[in-house]
Amino acid sequence: MSAETLVRDAASEVAGHEPATAVLELRGLHKSFGPLSVLRGIDLVVREGEMVFLIGPSGSGKSTLLRCCNRLEAPTGGAVLVEGRDILGPKVDINQIRRRIGMVFQSFNLYPHMTARQNVTLALCKVARKSKAEADVIARRMLDRVGLSDRIDYYPRALSGGQQQRVAIARTLALEPRIVLFDEPTSALDPELVAGVLGVMRMLRDEGMTMVVVSHEMRFAREAADRIVFMADGEIVEQGTPGDIFSAPRHPRLRAFLSSLGTI
Amino acid sequence: MQSFSSNFLNWDVVQTYVPDLLAGMWVTIKLTVIILCCGLLAGTGLALVRMARLRLLNVAIIVFVDVVRALPPLMLMVVAYFGLPYLGIRLTGFAVACIVLASVLAAFTEELLWAGLSTVSVGQYEAARSTGLTFLQMMRSVVLPQAFRLIQAPLASRIIATTKNTALASVVAVPELLSQANTAQGYSGNASPLTAASLGYLIILLPMVVVARRFERRREAA
Repeated sequence: MSAETLVRDAASEVAGHEPATAVLELRGLHKSFGPLSVLRGIDLVVREGEMVFLIGPSGSGKSTLLRCCNRLEAPTGGAVLVEGRDILGPKVDINQIRRRIGMVFQSFNLYPHMTARQNVTLALCKVARKSKAEADVIARRMLDRVGLSDRIDYYPRALSGGQQQRVAIARTLALEPRIVLFDEPTSALDPELVAGVLGVMRMLRDEGMTMVVVSHEMRFAREAADRIVFMADGEIVEQGTPGDIFSAPRHPRLRAFLSSLGTI
Repeated sequence: MQSFSSNFLNWDVVQTYVPDLLAGMWVTIKLTVIILCCGLLAGTGLALVRMARLRLLNVAIIVFVDVVRALPPLMLMVVAYFGLPYLGIRLTGFAVACIVLASVLAAFTEELLWAGLSTVSVGQYEAARSTGLTFLQMMRSVVLPQAFRLIQAPLASRIIATTKNTALASVVAVPELLSQANTAQGYSGNASPLTAASLGYLIILLPMVVVARRFERRREAA
């Protein structure tokens, strides 16, 4: 266990959490669409406070992997454990589990007929059963955290892409998830708007949020990730610290991928 | 000219039948409210059931929707009113009018809404599900408001057409506005009650038309 993890463990114990337990665990995860096998036996453990980046060529199954973690896709084999509980079982109340797993999408997916505030309060009222007043207080706090307290009553169409994505992050954080999944959160953004979203993600990392990120922002991955997982053809090919992956890649596929990006 | 005004704009005749005409207008309003509520609710329900994509159920819904939309509502009403008693089902004209016109509206609503639902982006469904909303919560708060917004203009004209179709209920002995006016015309031998009735329809329908136009404009602006 590295010194850094120990420090974070201590910090999370102070905050009243369990020490570095596995928040998300995938065991032999398989997913196929008809004859097409997209995930072929993924084993992955994400621990409390960890920020894990999934990288790899398009079609390697990164997004599908994320979407299996909250059952937006139903895995065809293997197990998904969230806080130690198998979420694929028939008796699982998936909606209560989804509350604990935030998801941020490439295309933001804000509700266009609702203001930023209403986007945040909807699930708070309906799923977390907060009163309207409570939900309102939380929405203000969350929008403030992502730097949008002055846009609280704006509709999505009046916000820039970067602002929309930050509202989407606030909507997810409001439910106090144990882990947040980011599916290419900056891919649909104009370059000058990317920094604001990455800034919010950096803030979450520093607060100890557990995150799994699919992204092509290699510079950000290198700087912010605790661990980088390289996938190709539905399998995990190599994983390690940013230093391992970017400075000493071993697998030829990873080398080819990195050189195709001009990263090495 | 003189004979036109004495035959169509004769206030003395109208005055005699004002209570009957008002009673008829009240029946028309009752019919309208019941039919619109039931038809819109049933149509929405059918579209939601169709989303479950259960094969047999979907075939049944599609057959119902297509048949009901293809047949003239007047024919449906006459057949239901005069035919059903032979099957031992005896319904009042009022009930027949409600069931038939609500079914027709439900069929059109289902068809419009189905189209509207399929244009709401997949991402909306996924965002809603990923925050833990149940299917019904997602439909009610996220998807249906967007779908209805998309179809509001055609749906508004369908609502207007349905309201006008309540006049068909006069054929199955419902004492609604047109039926009252017809009766008054028969007794008085004067067409002025019909003129008065058309005024009644305008009072009911013009506000609807104005609201519909506003929807139409909003769609153009969007």
